[in-house]
Amino acid sequence: MSRRDAAATLTLPVGDRDHAQGPAAAPVTLVEYGDFECPHCGRAYPIVKQIQQKMGSRLRFVFRNFPLRESHPHAQHAAEAAEAAGAQGKFWEMHDRLFERQFALEDSSLVEYAGELSIDVPRFQAELLQGTYEPRVREDFRSGVTSGVNGTPTFFINGVRYDADWDAAPLLVALQQAAQGT
Amino acid sequence: MAPLAAGIVAPEFTLSSTPTHTVQLRDYRGRPVILAFYPADWSPVCGDQMALYNEVLSEFQRYNAELLGISVDGVWSHAAFAKARNLHFPLLADFEPKGSVAHAYGAYRAGDGFAERALFVIDSQGVIRWSYLSPVGENPGADGILRALEAL
Repeated sequence: MSRRDAAATLTLPVGDRDHAQGPAAAPVTLVEYGDFECPHCGRAYPIVKQIQQKMGSRLRFVFRNFPLRESHPHAQHAAEAAEAAGAQGKFWEMHDRLFERQFALEDSSLVEYAGELSIDVPRFQAELLQGTYEPRVREDFRSGVTSGVNGTPTFFINGVRYDADWDAAPLLVALQQAAQGT
Repeated sequence: MAPLAAGIVAPEFTLSSTPTHTVQLRDYRGRPVILAFYPADWSPVCGDQMALYNEVLSEFQRYNAELLGISVDGVWSHAAFAKARNLHFPLLADFEPKGSVAHAYGAYRAGDGFAERALFVIDSQGVIRWSYLSPVGENPGADGILRALEAL
């Protein structure tokens, strides 16, 4: 019988390809694998925001896509929409908008959000239609699967999967400990 | 009870996959098979184990591997569960005699009356090449399966 290693770790290290908030030199990096249509990710969204405020420049936050396409019919396009917005420098604005409007993720809504965020809408629409960012989202997904992501949201702290409770208080403690190198 | 280990010939079985159709392990000889024993249909979380595997099927198919889910639930429960979750792989009913296949693989929880969360990767010759027993409350993910397929 084989056992899993003690802790699952990121197989794709955080790098230039990633969408990150906070300094690259921050002592702690939090990676979330998330799905814009997943209600648990919706619940995690304000928790992460709160933690980012508390930790400031000591935290770098990275979001990677893990759309559960069979469970959540809009998740794939929502992920591609965030990437399409990212190609125009508005990844985080779209990320926030999608989690705040989780109840309306049809293509028509995605296009509406692009307009609200002053994104080049025809380009955004064309890229969504052509699946320009489908491979990129797939790459995120694959990296999650091989890293031991088994549902959403899954968090990694400095590259190690965080399996404990991700409510604000315990997650903050875990991040602060990681920042202090304990 | 420990799950059967790598190197052991996978016990043969015949189980119902639908009310009218049965599946035998030997049907898949010549390609890798992933057996995923799990406690029960209708786990309440998003991205539960079967839903995750459903998403990862295309990765398994890159190795020409067939995934079979197995629990003690009956075919009607499996049919409703598969439909509700849009599952694209067979769920087998280890229903009568209850849990006998799980038992043969060392993956039955006798006190509880259901299967463990146990994974087996079987090679194209029908030999177990990797097995893993997960804590029953923990989704074992797909990374171990993919590593085992890669190593075949």
